[in-house]
Amino acid sequence: MHQFQVQTIWDGFQIGGQQIAFTNSAAWMCVTVVALWLFMLGGLRRQVVPGRWQMLVEGFTGFIDSLLRQNIGKDGRAFLPYVFTLFMFILFANVLGLMPLGVVGVHPFTFTSHFTATGVLAIASFTIVLVVGFWRHGLRFFSLFVPKGTPIPVLLLVAPIEFVSFMVRPFSLALRLFVAMTAGHILLKVLAGFIINAANAGAGLGLLVGVPSFALMLGVSALELLVAGVQAYVFALLTSLYINDAVHLHDHH
Amino acid sequence: MEADSIKLLGAGLAAIGAGLAALGVGNVFAAFLEGALRNPGAAAGQQGNMFIGFAAAELLGLLAFVVAVLLIFVA
Repeated sequence: MHQFQVQTIWDGFQIGGQQIAFTNSAAWMCVTVVALWLFMLGGLRRQVVPGRWQMLVEGFTGFIDSLLRQNIGKDGRAFLPYVFTLFMFILFANVLGLMPLGVVGVHPFTFTSHFTATGVLAIASFTIVLVVGFWRHGLRFFSLFVPKGTPIPVLLLVAPIEFVSFMVRPFSLALRLFVAMTAGHILLKVLAGFIINAANAGAGLGLLVGVPSFALMLGVSALELLVAGVQAYVFALLTSLYINDAVHLHDHH
Repeated sequence: MEADSIKLLGAGLAAIGAGLAALGVGNVFAAFLEGALRNPGAAAGQQGNMFIGFAAAELLGLLAFVVAVLLIFVA
């Protein structure tokens, strides 16, 4: 489908036989960063009595701050910049991809609907978990695979399962975001196709199929906005849970 | 049957998984609401846990979608 195609904007250069090009995916990452930067800039004026914009930005920072405090405890403060960046970047990317900019001829590209982009974000989270875990606990970090008070015979079964479920985390993290965005966009595309095809088949069929499809599309679009927020939240939430595992091993804060 | 038609059948059968995941996601929110209405005071603190359950249930439905895509485009 056209909206998922990565197209080259600037051919770039070659490193070791690989073409390093500036694509529409990279362009929309830049757009996301600029939008995010402008959004944050409006809220960083540090007025004593905050305006609406500053309240909005402070609402987001406070939201992630309380998320980390709940899930990691007071050590969570150190991870606030990373998790906040992750949350806002994914949120802005998802919402920008849903914007109806096609009416003015700019077709948004949702780079979170690509496994490469979400995969890198997931690997970043997983790397932080590994680095923090080994930094704080050394080789004791491996006791993550050994739940406390498990009898030895059961342990032989549980430890491999825990290991697999730990190693699968970056995949599930990346897959969830990528598939949720892709599936939503495909659903909207299919419904839009219903309307166009029905309208081409004549006025009667156009009204019979087109109007319900359009109503459904409105509902699904609203749902997609919700999904864009929820997926960003879930990514941040799961990242904070995984970081909590690395910081505290099994003991809760 | 030809191999291609069997692949498409399999992709269609994967939609059952998506439907079952819908049951799971609905169950997560239903159980949360049921508990939250019984004890509204504790509800706010458990929202994070609800979303963990939601994420786990949803992932399995999305895997069904991945299976369908793999069958149609890759296999």
